[in-house]
This record gives sequence, C-alpha cells and structure tokens, in this order.
Amino acid sequence: MRREPPKTFGDYAPLLFPAGMLTIFFVVPFGTMIAVSFFQRQQGGFYTPAFVFDNYARFLSAFFGGVLGFSLMLAIAVAVCCVVLALPFTYLLTRMARSVQVLWLVALLSVLSLSEVIIGFAWSTLFSRTAGITNVLVALGIMSEAKALTPSFAAVLTGMVYQAFPYTVLVLFPALVRLDPTLTEAARTLGASPLKAFFTVVVPALRNTITATLIMVFIFALGSYLLPQLLGRPQHWTLSVLITDQAIYQSNMPFAAAMAVFLVLVTLGLVALTVVAGRRGEAA
Amino acid sequence: MSGLVLQNVVKEFGAFRAVNDVDLTVPHGTFVCMLGPSGCGKTTLLRMIAGLDLPTSGAIRLDGDDITRVPTHKRNLGMVFQSLALFPHLTVGENIAYPLRIRKAQKEEQRRRVDELLSMIHLPSYADRPVSKLSGGQRQRVAIARALAISPKLFLLDEPLSALDAKLREAMQVELRQLQQKLGITTIVVTHDQREAMTMADTVVVMNGGEIRQAASPIEIYRRPADSFVADFIGQTNLIEAEADGQGRATVFGQAVAGLHLPPGARKATISIRPEDVHLTAPGAGALSGTVTFVRDLGGTIETFVDVAGRQIVAVSTPRARPEVAVGQPVGVALTPDVCVVLGK
Repeated sequence: MRREPPKTFGDYAPLLFPAGMLTIFFVVPFGTMIAVSFFQRQQGGFYTPAFVFDNYARFLSAFFGGVLGFSLMLAIAVAVCCVVLALPFTYLLTRMARSVQVLWLVALLSVLSLSEVIIGFAWSTLFSRTAGITNVLVALGIMSEAKALTPSFAAVLTGMVYQAFPYTVLVLFPALVRLDPTLTEAARTLGASPLKAFFTVVVPALRNTITATLIMVFIFALGSYLLPQLLGRPQHWTLSVLITDQAIYQSNMPFAAAMAVFLVLVTLGLVALTVVAGRRGEAA
Repeated sequence: MSGLVLQNVVKEFGAFRAVNDVDLTVPHGTFVCMLGPSGCGKTTLLRMIAGLDLPTSGAIRLDGDDITRVPTHKRNLGMVFQSLALFPHLTVGENIAYPLRIRKAQKEEQRRRVDELLSMIHLPSYADRPVSKLSGGQRQRVAIARALAISPKLFLLDEPLSALDAKLREAMQVELRQLQQKLGITTIVVTHDQREAMTMADTVVVMNGGEIRQAASPIEIYRRPADSFVADFIGQTNLIEAEADGQGRATVFGQAVAGLHLPPGARKATISIRPEDVHLTAPGAGALSGTVTFVRDLGGTIETFVDVAGRQIVAVSTPRARPEVAVGQPVGVALTPDVCVVLGK
C-alpha cells in the first residue's frame, strides 16, 4: 500500500477532533496552571493575577528540595524494581502455553482494576502487627513475635511496585512475544547457559524497550500520592502529596501550581536525559 | 567410534510421535543432508542432536561419549538457524566473536579469529558493520562464520539457504560444500530441497513420517531408491504397477517386458523408472504402445507425457534423441530393464 503525505486541508480534518480535545482538556488547563504558578496568593485561599516568582523561590528550599529528591528517588526505585522483576517474569510467561499466559494476564489485569485506595489498605493490613504477614512467619516459627512493617519506606516501595507491576508486564509483553525465540537458542548452541543467554542476548536486544518501560513506570510512580500517605511516614511523602496538601488543605493554589510545573519540568528533563543517553549508547 | 551415532531415538509430543526409532551413524567428517517433506521430523531430529529438544528415549553419542542429556551450551557445536538468529544488537564482528566471548577468550585472540573467519567468508573489513546493513547472502555467511568460530566438532544447519533467492542459493550450496571439505567438519543439514541435498551431501537421509526411509549417497538414492516414497520424493519418476507372469517375468499393462524380473515369490510390485530412462520409439517395435498427451518443450530438454493403457508415463529427452511426435500421435515406450528399480511392497 502506498502512503502519501496529507496535502489538502481536508486530509488533516480527522486530526481536528483529537487536537481540539487535547487543547480544551489539556493545553488550556495546563496553561492556566502555569499562569497561576506566577500569581500572588491572598490570605483566605484566593489569589490575584500577578507575575511574581515567590512561589518558585519558596520551593527552592532545603525542605522542598529534599522532598523532590525523595520523590524522584522513590519513582526511580519503583521503576527499577518493577523492570527487574517484570522482565524475567514476562520472558518466562511468553514461553508458556497460551492458556497459562491468558490466566496470568487476566490476573494482572484484575490487579489493574483495583483502586489505589484498596491496594493501600490491603497492604497496610498485610503489613500490620495484628493481622499481617508477620503472624504467618511467627506461626511458622521463623519470627519470635509479630510486628508492624508499616509505616516504612519498604512498605511504600512494596505497595507502589505492586501497583505498577501489571503495567510493566503489559508494556514488556508485546516486545518479548515478538523477540525471535531462536535468538536465545542460537546463544545456547554457541555456548551460553540459559541464564547467560538471557543477559547477553535478551536484555541487550530489548534495550530500547527496557528504557521506554523504565521511563513509563517512573512517570507513573511519580504521580502516586495515596500510597506514600497510607504506607509511609511523613518523610516518605512525595511531592505529589505536598501538591495535594497545598492545593486542597492549605488552599495555596499558586504554590501548588508552581510545584506541579517544576515537577513536570524535572521529569521532562530526566526523560530527555535518558533518551539522549540511550542514543549515545547506541552510537557507541 | 568417532562421529555421531543416533540409537533408537524417539521423540513424542504428547500423543504425536515426531521421530520414531531412528538409528543413524554419521562418520567423522561427513556431510549429511536430512531431506523430507515438512513435518517429517527432520528438524526435530536436528534439534535433538543440538540438545534444544530432549529425546523421549534413545541415545545420542558423539565420538563415543553419550551426549543425550548434555545441555546444549556444553556440547561445543555450531548451528545455523533458518532465521539465522544473528544478534541484532551486535555488529558483524561481535556476532562472530560471541561464542569466543562467552568462553572468555582473550580479546586479542578473539580479534584474530574474527579476522580469520571474515576472510574465510569473503567479507573482510566488515567487522564493524551492524548486522542490519547486510544483504541476505552476507547475513548467511556471518551466521556460518559465527557457528564455526570455535571450530566445533559438529556443524548443524537448519534449512540454512531457504531465505535466499535461487541463484544465490545455488552458489552458497557449492560454497558451503567446499568450506566443509576444507575444514573436514562433520556437518548435518536439514533441507526440503533435494537439489541442495544432491549438491552438497556425502550421505542423503530421506525421512518421512518420523522415520528414516533411506540413508545413502545421493547417486545411490537416485538410482536405487529403497521404496516408492523415496523414488517419488527424489527427482521425478514413473511408478508403474507390475505383475509377475508364471515364469517370474514382469508384465506391465498386460505386456511382458523382456529382461525385467520380479523378486522370487512376488506376484505384484511397483517399478520405478526415471523419465530420462524412458525411451520413445516408433510404435510397435517391441515396446509398450501409447499416445502422446502433452509435450513440454523446455529448450534443453523435452518432457513428453504419454498415456499407456490409462496410466501416464513421462519421458524426458534431449531434443535430438527423440522421434518427432505430436500430441495425439501413437508412440512406442521402451523400458530398459536394467535401469528399472523394482520397489519392495
């Protein structure tokens, strides 16, 4: 089939609807948010139009810098954990019988259908002292007495990895299914053990997919604001939690907007860096 | 003994028997082509030799050692896959060096060997190119070089030339055979292309339904097929039903053929005769009489389709060695007894 680039205005017409939707529901609100981030806050929850950098200046403090750093670190940790767990899992899944694959994918999709609130409360129960998994360990004689595993960083990380894992598998699945299975067989005939074949052939051959998945899970994890509150201490709260706090409870829209804009910029910067680094790695 | 020995090898996938009780001995340094229609078990057999599939029962020995349960990566073999399976993230040189890198060979040693192999496959100075920039024939050579990098004891190829166009395939067949003779490496090729098998092999193994129907030299297979499947699968042939008369002489279509005998005691048998061994003569003259139904003039050869008592017989001859006949004309068909093969029933 021959594809010609669109020429007349009519050829571009199908684009109008999505472009319109995108403008009304994304570009305009985002523009508003950028504008508000420069506005002056009034006591009592209002703001007046202005062009001040106070909101950004306030953000550049050790406290908010620390929160931003923690948020990025948490999102990176979630992304890395998810990909490290999901890559071997998905690889093995693609080599299983069709019926087994369907069963697993349905199970993963059902996890996706759970709301963040349910996941959060479920894990806080599982990590609690009175009804948690430590009781099972005590019953098995592995631990001497039950204890609470939450609130803690590990609990936040576990909850978020659990939430992002199905996404990770679903993003990796098509690429791994398409991966020629004879590549690993060839590696084995050439002297690589199955494990070595996985690391010398499957992982490098999927480098771009893995990078893309890392970025996707990173961004997904960056937006999480419920799980850190349900499973973590205040020092485990992410920037998203603070933004919610400022916007809803402190009624400081300009500051919340400034933080959101800053978060978007930092995220875009990191993603751009990853892409550039990936390009350079490919050229080398 | 040195070489590869398969003993009573069976492979079952559920209730399906893909390979049924195969015995085969491949002496060191021979070139074997496994030939058969798709689904005949030839690829499964090759995968078991490579260790990618485990036999349900039976044994595989290489130079006297039982390798039946040895994992693939410890067998030190070289294999070329139908898809070639070149690693897309590595350059040509890195692909060829992969088996050496896995075995932790010195960097210097790796480079030397890669250069050696690249010049062997006539692609010097290609080491730094990405695999995606190569043509089909070049990829083929790289896959062969990679499989030979460690000088393996056993060189296995699964339909290696099927992705190439006809001209290139013929050239690669010759090249592969010359390479194998130079290196003296035991080689097993799976193919469904009989020309390929005839060109390259010392021994052709014809398989069907998971069993070896005949294993012999190409010319032996062609001239003395063991059964009607082999006769029909290798080249073109005329399969003719023959009956014995009282004296053990064969009669074909009710006419006795002088000099052609069936095995003692046999009442019926199938006779295979190659089209080039069927001679057309003037009608009568002690031959079978038939009618020409179709003539395919290919320039170099002419195929004449003759109807003899309701059965079609094909004769192939060079243009000058054949009487002028046209469709609808009566013609005599002479069967030379000593080139007719009586197939066991």
